[in-house]
Amino acid sequence: MTDPREAARLAIAAATAAGAHAADAVAVESDSLETRVRGEEIDFVKQARERTLGIRALVRGRDGTRTAITSTSDLAEAAVRSMAEQAVALARATAEDPAAGLPAQGFADPGALPDLVLCDPADRSVSVDDRIDAARRAERAARDTDPRIANSEGSQASSGFARVVYANSEGFVGEYESASHALFAEPLARQNGSMQRDYWMSAARRLADLEAPEAVGAHAARRALRRLGARDVATCEVPVIFDPLTAASLWRQVAGLVSGYAVYRRTSFLAGRLGEPIASHLVQLVDDGLRPGGLGSRPFDGEGLPSRRTVVIEDGRLASYLLDSYSARKLGGASTGSATRSASSAPGVGPTNLGLAPGDATLEQIVADTPRGLLVTELIGMGFNPVTGDYSRGAAGLWIENGAIAHPVEEITIAANFADMLAGIDAVGSDLLWLSRIGSPSVRVARMTVAGRG
Amino acid sequence: MTANGPTPARAFFQDRFGLDDRSLGDALDLALERRVEYADLFFEYTVQDSVVLEEGIVKSGDRHIEQGMGVRAQVGERQGYAHSDEVGVESLRVAARTARAISAESARGGARAVSTGASERNLYPVGESPTDVPVESKIRLIEEIDAYARARDPRVVEVMASCVSQQRQVLVVGSDGTLASDVRPLVRLNVQVITQDGSRREVGYQGCGGRYEFAKLLEPDRWQALADEAVRTSLLNLEALPCPAGSMTVVLGPGWPGILLHEAIGHGLEGDFNRKQTSAFSGRLGQRVASPGVTVVDDGTLPGRRGSLNVDDEGTPSQRTVLIEDGILRGYLQDRLNARLMGTTPTGNGRRESYAHLPMPRMTNTFMLAGEEDPADIVRSVDRGIYAVNFGGGQVDITSGKFVFSASEAYRIEGGRIGAPLKGATLIGNGPDVLTRVSRIGNDLALDRGVGTCGKDGQSVPVGVGLPTLRIEELTVGGTEG
Repeated sequence: MTDPREAARLAIAAATAAGAHAADAVAVESDSLETRVRGEEIDFVKQARERTLGIRALVRGRDGTRTAITSTSDLAEAAVRSMAEQAVALARATAEDPAAGLPAQGFADPGALPDLVLCDPADRSVSVDDRIDAARRAERAARDTDPRIANSEGSQASSGFARVVYANSEGFVGEYESASHALFAEPLARQNGSMQRDYWMSAARRLADLEAPEAVGAHAARRALRRLGARDVATCEVPVIFDPLTAASLWRQVAGLVSGYAVYRRTSFLAGRLGEPIASHLVQLVDDGLRPGGLGSRPFDGEGLPSRRTVVIEDGRLASYLLDSYSARKLGGASTGSATRSASSAPGVGPTNLGLAPGDATLEQIVADTPRGLLVTELIGMGFNPVTGDYSRGAAGLWIENGAIAHPVEEITIAANFADMLAGIDAVGSDLLWLSRIGSPSVRVARMTVAGRG
Repeated sequence: MTANGPTPARAFFQDRFGLDDRSLGDALDLALERRVEYADLFFEYTVQDSVVLEEGIVKSGDRHIEQGMGVRAQVGERQGYAHSDEVGVESLRVAARTARAISAESARGGARAVSTGASERNLYPVGESPTDVPVESKIRLIEEIDAYARARDPRVVEVMASCVSQQRQVLVVGSDGTLASDVRPLVRLNVQVITQDGSRREVGYQGCGGRYEFAKLLEPDRWQALADEAVRTSLLNLEALPCPAGSMTVVLGPGWPGILLHEAIGHGLEGDFNRKQTSAFSGRLGQRVASPGVTVVDDGTLPGRRGSLNVDDEGTPSQRTVLIEDGILRGYLQDRLNARLMGTTPTGNGRRESYAHLPMPRMTNTFMLAGEEDPADIVRSVDRGIYAVNFGGGQVDITSGKFVFSASEAYRIEGGRIGAPLKGATLIGNGPDVLTRVSRIGNDLALDRGVGTCGKDGQSVPVGVGLPTLRIEELTVGGTEG
């Protein structure tokens, strides 16, 4: 079997030989281990070793460049050559696009990549039994928290290691290793015949940085327990506080809205708003691809450009979109090093570590400062239209009366226009939390419509 | 097709990867060396291609080949699974050893039975794999759609169209003698239109697909109807008013609104959640969970449908399973593991996204049987409420039973008449009781156009839904207007 670095080089050479004017390739080699324990019993153990190769062929024409992408999980030389040739043939069938192409310059220096603490080599020796033990401890902690926790969807532990190689016909060949470890617990609480589930998790690049299994399990249990005894809410307009978990979903939506592709396609209501106030002055949103140990960190992006820190929203003003070289050419700007690339998907744009800067107040202080309102702890559904900003999602959480948590609520929706929500943020918490590549503290939106059965 | 000789997929894996009967048997023996109750091998070879059009041109095409295999060993509730994208005799042995480690005991377990024949029906015979259709004809199709949609109305400012073709070959070999294979074509066409009027921009979307010949997508009636729908809904949204908020009567139109069934009850009836007693429907077989007249089935045997399967990903033939009969809960959806642990039989719903995933109980095509009422009468029966005919996605919390789904086309109903279009609203309800509030069932059962993808535990599989026009009392509508 071909080494990923060799496979990438071979793919580029084969694509060029078949008539491509430029080409690039991404090869990913990964090992993964995942297990779930439910109660006292192991639910599953899953192990894998995988390699995939993605090839992009660019064929220059009179009015632009034609592009195609192929991928294969067969890295044998013949298969790589065949997929490179198919990429060129497929590219010839597509249209010439003046904006298509590789970045012209500015590639990262493959010999001097920053150490972003993306893995701990010692973790490579992690065993199945180690991870089963972690899941078992989280599961036990959840169930030991309270007699009302007697069942669960299980506790899951996973470890994955990847080696990513990116090469292109401009001569760039870079690679890095990364790891990700996660621990997840999802207990069920039961009382008077009604059941509630909730979860908590921890995710990190190094095993040592994961929260203790006991803490993850107990936290998940407390989250499930506090949902018991939920009441109906009558439809009303109130301030809505998003906890760090649900607040992150707001910034995930912003990531989509500021993606160069959504902007040039004008499928984002933030298209054409650069430099304008789009959010409350409390909003400072930064995408930082260099954050040490960040779950979205990487030394270079999907086009070989160096990772960097990009201020997206500054004091509420839209400071930058997130761009790769294609969307930058479409919009007349420069790449922000935001290119995403996987072996089997087309190049695109995505956040690295996109986080809202924390404020000073604790969540408890924000709740105390809210006479009547809703603290959202879970959102379900996909009710968001990026073209118009219409936002309406299913929610569950805790009702606030007189500045204190009164009781849990469920079967409600929260709705507003997303632009108004961003502008209406009137409190930002100090409790910044990173559970994925999107980080957020708690935030309060001054006013949203809450619909319920009451 | 006759029972003699290997099926096309069986022969494919033998020829391409040298997986003869002996190496398959040896791998199973290896997996069974410890005290394992059941072991199976899963092989997959998938080709997928797609072309995407935007700004009037097809900027890029792509083609992917995904091959791999997985070995699974089961002991009680435990499953060991090892998968690899290297398909071959040696990697199969490595995976078998890894998977069997789930059992600590070295006493030999379940005996391997002699292989029996596979299912012979074919719900989706196609003459030519959709991935063998030349890309030029796919490009021409979406270029025609682009020109057609733009010509429909001057307010159409952008069209995005894409065409996805897939051919998936799978082979399952189980220690109980299961030997099943399947060749699964899947095609899909998507059209998204953006219209602009003054400063207001809106989007409209429509898609279709299924397990059928690519050539069907080339029929002008089919793709023109799709483009017409995308343009119509986009223009309609330009005039849509903010949706009311609160509890009200909802009439769902036929077809895709069947996503209600998928979210509200389908997931809650999957065997794994019920075996673990984590579903709001756990232990409720034989109880009333819907109004009289409500019958809901999951049917993987519908020819050519997106959610259909000849055999599931564990080699069990798909079937029609009655979930709710005249309002009474009758059945769950099962894979092998959960059926065995619950003392029942698999229902052909053991599905997985790919060789890199463990099978789970999943839906196929889930729909409600037609009632007797005229749909127009159902709308007329409502004094004040909303009429929702198209939806985006949905989601459910199977434990609390709460589900949501988001309307992409909805109207006010006032005095029994359909009124102004409403902006996208989210509907939220409680799975175990929403169907008890069904008060009228239309005679117009329709299945969706073939666009559904269901996500569960990180795995996506194609599914179908269907519904007749339905009146539901008191569903919470999540709009912005009081």
